Amino acid sequence: MNTINFLLCGVGGQGVLLASTILAKAALRQGLDVKGGEVHGMAQRGGAVVSHMRIGEKVYSPLVPMGQCDFLVGFEPLEAARNAHWVRPSGLLLYNTYRVNPSTVAAGLAEYPEDLEQQLAQFPCRKRMIPASDLAQKAGDIRAANAVMAGALSRHLEFPLEVWERAVAESVPPKVLEINREAFRLGREAGA
Amino acid sequence: MKEVLLGNEAIARGAWEAGVTFAAAYPGTPSTEILQNIKADYSKDIYCQWSPNEKTALEVAVGAAIAGARSLACMKHVGVNVAADPLFTAVYTGIRGGLVLVSADDPYLHSSQNEQDNRNYAKFSKIPMLEPSDSQEAKDFLKAAFEISEQFDTPVLFRTTTRINHSKGVVEVGSREERPKPTDLPRDVKKYTMLPGFARPKHPVIEEKLAKLKEYGVTSPLNRVEMGDTSLGIITSGISYAYAKEAVPGASFLKLGLTYPLPEALIRDFAQHVDRVVVVEELDPFLEEQVRLLGVEVSHGKDLFPIVGELEPGVVLEKLAGVKTAVPAAAAGLPTRPPVMCPGCSHRGVFHVLKKLKVFVSGDIGCYTLGALPPFNAMHACLCMGGSITMAHGISKVMAGSTDPLNRTVAVIGDSTFFHSGITGLIDMIWNGGNSVVMIQDNRITAMTGGQQTPGTGQTLMGAEAPQIDIEKLVLTLGVKPANVRVVNAYDLKQVETVLKEELSKPEPSVVITKDPCVLNYRIKDRPMKVDPEACTACKQCLQVSCIALSMQGQGDERKASIDPNFCTGCTVCSQVCKFDAIQQA
Ligand code: SF4
Ligand code: SF4
Repeated sequence: MNTINFLLCGVGGQGVLLASTILAKAALRQGLDVKGGEVHGMAQRGGAVVSHMRIGEKVYSPLVPMGQCDFLVGFEPLEAARNAHWVRPSGLLLYNTYRVNPSTVAAGLAEYPEDLEQQLAQFPCRKRMIPASDLAQKAGDIRAANAVMAGALSRHLEFPLEVWERAVAESVPPKVLEINREAFRLGREAGA
Repeated sequence: MKEVLLGNEAIARGAWEAGVTFAAAYPGTPSTEILQNIKADYSKDIYCQWSPNEKTALEVAVGAAIAGARSLACMKHVGVNVAADPLFTAVYTGIRGGLVLVSADDPYLHSSQNEQDNRNYAKFSKIPMLEPSDSQEAKDFLKAAFEISEQFDTPVLFRTTTRINHSKGVVEVGSREERPKPTDLPRDVKKYTMLPGFARPKHPVIEEKLAKLKEYGVTSPLNRVEMGDTSLGIITSGISYAYAKEAVPGASFLKLGLTYPLPEALIRDFAQHVDRVVVVEELDPFLEEQVRLLGVEVSHGKDLFPIVGELEPGVVLEKLAGVKTAVPAAAAGLPTRPPVMCPGCSHRGVFHVLKKLKVFVSGDIGCYTLGALPPFNAMHACLCMGGSITMAHGISKVMAGSTDPLNRTVAVIGDSTFFHSGITGLIDMIWNGGNSVVMIQDNRITAMTGGQQTPGTGQTLMGAEAPQIDIEKLVLTLGVKPANVRVVNAYDLKQVETVLKEELSKPEPSVVITKDPCVLNYRIKDRPMKVDPEACTACKQCLQVSCIALSMQGQGDERKASIDPNFCTGCTVCSQVCKFDAIQQA
């Protein structure tokens, strides 16, 4: 099996980390090697966050090489567009349609681009929009959008459903497990 | 059993498996999660604490090691500068229980103020250094570090980088090595008391240890030869190994885990078996220079790989294998997304006022450093932890003759940073007759690193109750005049402005304290605010507070300010800025 490369990107505070944890745990249960990592710190304060995740028989580097990403999971449309060039032509880009203003837009120093869809059209990979924040709201908490995105991604990997469900259960606090389970399920439905 | 662990989780696990019973740290990205994981998963067996700064963290760990416990001190790279004083002498005293100092370096400064390569500390302080290259090694090498520490009676530097600390990988976990609890406290004055007469004979002993460690490294499994195609021999360590191994898996590798002192014989032998030697490493030519000094010819090192910033796997692939992946151009013209103060953050209003007052703001390290970014642009210098007050003092001394109020200085510092090393700066200022205004923004937590306890929060890392150090009383005791110690509400912009103006007009030091807690850590959320579209004139004044809950929505005449209720915490700062009363509680 070739190494599969994932990038999860979004805004600090959106739970990019949790989604990558779910993915990593699921891959481990499948007996695969996993490496990946993210940068946090200042980025947690509403800045851009990118998490790399790589799955395969033996993985050395935790970082995805440029242009070799198989799955880009964008938690926010602008961040999806910012990272779209990492994706292979044969890759898939899943993105949440819910906008989060960058501070530069909130401060009136820049405009949120209205033509993101056209911008994304330039990239040859397949694209799928997921109304993840709305679905999370439906599941009970807008903050569960990360579980929705994990659910949407799960549709495209051949891991058994139980493996995913276990990974979710092991990754989220018991208090919010039900909401996250439901969010994952809604994402899995929407991700096809 | 196998688990997916973050590098920092693996280090915490390694400490537990090694039988560590004492751990201390000051939070700093990318090192923070090590102690947080020790607290969360192993505090039954390991006593752990946040210390006010890295120097005290290392000193308490030295004490614990002298008492016989395996002890861990953790910090980010710049923290080692603060701890350098005890470090350089702990090498002289040696230890009793093992002592490991984790230095988490941050190439590319993802969240730091400089890009120093702390491998240089190993050489400078004459301390052995281990460098893991993934989570599994982070755990295994930490155990090895304790063994080396005890075998050679020396502290050990455990050097990681952001990509190790914050990378996840599969780790085979093991069980804990139970070690007997020390029952006696032997007196050994000559070993632990560094008077010149006792310290002088120690230096040759340290040199002998380093010579022995060189030998040790030749056969230690920490250093590994992976022979492949002998036309290319790569010497590397840490995360660079991962990039190089992926780029040219068939080449020959000398993968170093013990990177100071270097195993000379092993390097010479490896070089003899390959046609050419290439050193792959991030930042400084630390390995390259030492290898060259052995007389071993290095065909490539820093002439190929950058001395600045993180190594990028694509660059390693290109330089080693000549493979260049075609990458389409990134989408152009997208707005950047820099970090920003959280919606409802108590620092926001203060920076709005500071900007208005146009004074020189000397800043410190923490969330409030974001006050330097647009639209505030209200911080004019920021050097290091605790440097705000002392820099302001220096500036105010030089500008003493000026009568222009714009030449007055305000130092801005958080509670955790004040306890870290701001307090000594304040003593300096009071003692030497300074006249700056010091704003201590006490948000009751170490916010930037994710919300760790401070000496002011009344709780320790392990959850025990502690006396709350009262900053107000403390600064009074230090000698700030009672009339010059003011407590203000950070959300009341008028009050902040009035008080700051009053204190700026005084010829002596003042301390203005805010006590409003970090919204993120205390999950503060009042009813969100709402913009009345009738009253909003689209003047964009509210946007000047730089809150991501706010934006302009709609086209043409319909364009009005708007607040996303999912983000707004109802802090009212934007409504105080609006001249048309267009923002009200929903
Ligand atoms: S973490 Fe706390 S202190 Fe830091 S920006 Fe957010 S609210 Fe402000
Ligand atoms: S009240 Fe205004 S400044 Fe405060 S969080 Fe809401 S939108 Fe942001």
